Amino acid sequence: MTLNDTWIILTASLVALCCVIPGCFLVLRKMGMFGDAISHAVLPGLVIAYLISGSRSGSILLIGAAATGLVVTFLIETIQKKMRIQSDAAIGITYTFLFAVGVILVSLFTGQTDLDQECVLYGDITLVPFDLITVGGLTDIPRQVWIASVLLILLLGMLFSGYRGLYITTFDPGYATAVGISVAFWHYLLMGMVSLATVVSFESVGAIMVIALLVGPAATAALFAKRLPVMLILASIFGIIACFSGYWVAVWLNASIAGAIALMIGVIFGFSLGIRALIPSLNRR
Amino acid sequence: MNTFSDFFFLREPNVVLVVAGSLILCGMAALVGCFTFLRKRALVGDAISHSVLPGVCLAFILTGEKDPLYFLAGAMVTGMLSLLIMEALTKNNTTRPDTAIALLLSVFFGIGIVLLTSIQHSGNASQAGLDKFLFGKAASITSEDIKLFGISSVIIAGSILLLIRGFYMISFDEDYAKAVGFPVRFLRLLLSVLTVWAVSIGIQAVGVVLMAALLITPALAARLWTDSIKVMLLLAVIFGLISGYTGAFVSYAAPAMPTGPWIVVMATAIAVISMLFAPGRGIIARWEVQRNNRNKTLRENILKLFYRIGEKTGEHGASVLEEDLVNYRAFHADELQSGLKQLEKSGLIKRVLSTYSLTKAGVFEAERIVRLHRLWELYLQKYLHLDPDHVHDDAEAIEHVITPEIEAQLSKILGNPKTDPHNTVIPKGHDIK
Repeated sequence: MTLNDTWIILTASLVALCCVIPGCFLVLRKMGMFGDAISHAVLPGLVIAYLISGSRSGSILLIGAAATGLVVTFLIETIQKKMRIQSDAAIGITYTFLFAVGVILVSLFTGQTDLDQECVLYGDITLVPFDLITVGGLTDIPRQVWIASVLLILLLGMLFSGYRGLYITTFDPGYATAVGISVAFWHYLLMGMVSLATVVSFESVGAIMVIALLVGPAATAALFAKRLPVMLILASIFGIIACFSGYWVAVWLNASIAGAIALMIGVIFGFSLGIRALIPSLNRR
Repeated sequence: MNTFSDFFFLREPNVVLVVAGSLILCGMAALVGCFTFLRKRALVGDAISHSVLPGVCLAFILTGEKDPLYFLAGAMVTGMLSLLIMEALTKNNTTRPDTAIALLLSVFFGIGIVLLTSIQHSGNASQAGLDKFLFGKAASITSEDIKLFGISSVIIAGSILLLIRGFYMISFDEDYAKAVGFPVRFLRLLLSVLTVWAVSIGIQAVGVVLMAALLITPALAARLWTDSIKVMLLLAVIFGLISGYTGAFVSYAAPAMPTGPWIVVMATAIAVISMLFAPGRGIIARWEVQRNNRNKTLRENILKLFYRIGEKTGEHGASVLEEDLVNYRAFHADELQSGLKQLEKSGLIKRVLSTYSLTKAGVFEAERIVRLHRLWELYLQKYLHLDPDHVHDDAEAIEHVITPEIEAQLSKILGNPKTDPHNTVIPKGHDIK
């Protein structure tokens, strides 16, 4: 394994962990498709932030994209409630529109944003080892590794400090309301976490594979786990396994790494279904 | 402008193909999409459209040709496969529907990307253009494509028109459809096949990523305008055609632009216009209703004041100064002015200099409202055992919506009462014609 391989796998794993944290809650809350919606819809926010800040890093980018995520959530709810349109259609129309606008912006400003249509869809993780920066005493660490690490720490901080609120509003929103915990606040906080995870993943794995990382490991873990902490840990393990195996599958087939990771997430899920069928005692219920 | 007239008058033979292709694809998707929308399976449509990508790539790998028929076959195989896996996963509650959709969508798409990039890196020269399936390629539609689209659309539209009653039934009430003897399982399967088919050809126009919009957005817009399924289907197809036409134009005028996103933006614009202007369901129509209700409430409240002042003085047609009205009830000045104007216009009050008085019709109307208010107060006291000083606010709200039928019933169960809980006289009712 060369240094480049290590950097790529490390980046993918960090990104996977960032996605697993909000992903578990999305799956438990039956909101998998919100992940889909947000991951598509942050694109116009990202492009506009690129155009304003003129660079690929920087807080404007994160703030811009995270804000878009919240706007999407708000838009979907407004269409749903004000227009009395069923939620699936509200989600469908909102994110396809925003994604379409994003792709049009990308085509209009090709060359100014470092983004192209393919990169939007499946990222460009192979470029990670060539974009090195030096922060503090550490030299030549890929920029993506830095960003993903910082964001992972941020998300872990949010998870630990907000665990109680997220937990209660996920499993018993009625009780949460009764004891005075704001369900809406935690809903928007979770959507903010999804947006952050999406933004950091976007460059490396693209819009659609983010969904695989958000939902796949969590759905697999949900097949076995009886308790939330177990689910989070299992999902993290599954996510990292998918990144490792996916990388080598991609090298073997000479294909997209992000695509191969999504493929392996599917394989792990199928494999887990098989194991569960063979060993009934593992069955969650 | 030249570009547009060239396009509009179909001066280039290529334009005819592009326009015809886009129109067929978008119209077809909109037609099938109505049922996807009505069955609340918008996101299932999304999953199907992402799932056809590996099929397209496999067809190319297996045959080495870019034949539209092979693409269609491959796309339908993986599209149906993903749909079947989804049903199996959600059937015994192994995985919840939303999770299953998101998982299958991204995993199938991931497999598609693996195959696509693998083909691209293989150096096979004939693969160029395969990536157009991601965002659509209206500009490069060939006459061979058109033939396939045409036949497909005839079959899809024909089946839908032929079996419209059955599809209608399973969209709204599957249990009832089963009970009255419709072959529900067959219809459901057929509808799935038709949807996957429409998606498999539709991706040529907008690409797999945005295909869901082509299914859902025109249907959603059409739904806002009508309650009739036939009108909805027709409108959705028209909206789809408009979007497709626009997309074809962009594809022609700026070949570097991806076609799909423009079609989607256009379809969304139609949907937004519908959300604003559709009669009944649109935002503006609902504002209008709200405004009318507010004005009606305002007018009735003012009439009540006239009545109460008349009660005090014992003369119901007497002139009243504007200040007197304000003394009784704190109206906003503009509001009061607007209310008085409306009443004057409808002939319920008349104005002499700065004094106002009820006309005969005005007295009649004022009595009606006061009667409803006091009947309701009495009803609350008698049947809900509320204190007399608690009944006013509730009556204040409900008096504006009580119909003559309810009035008659109230009067009957209360035994045609003469006075309300505050011992004021309830005006006599007028006969309903």
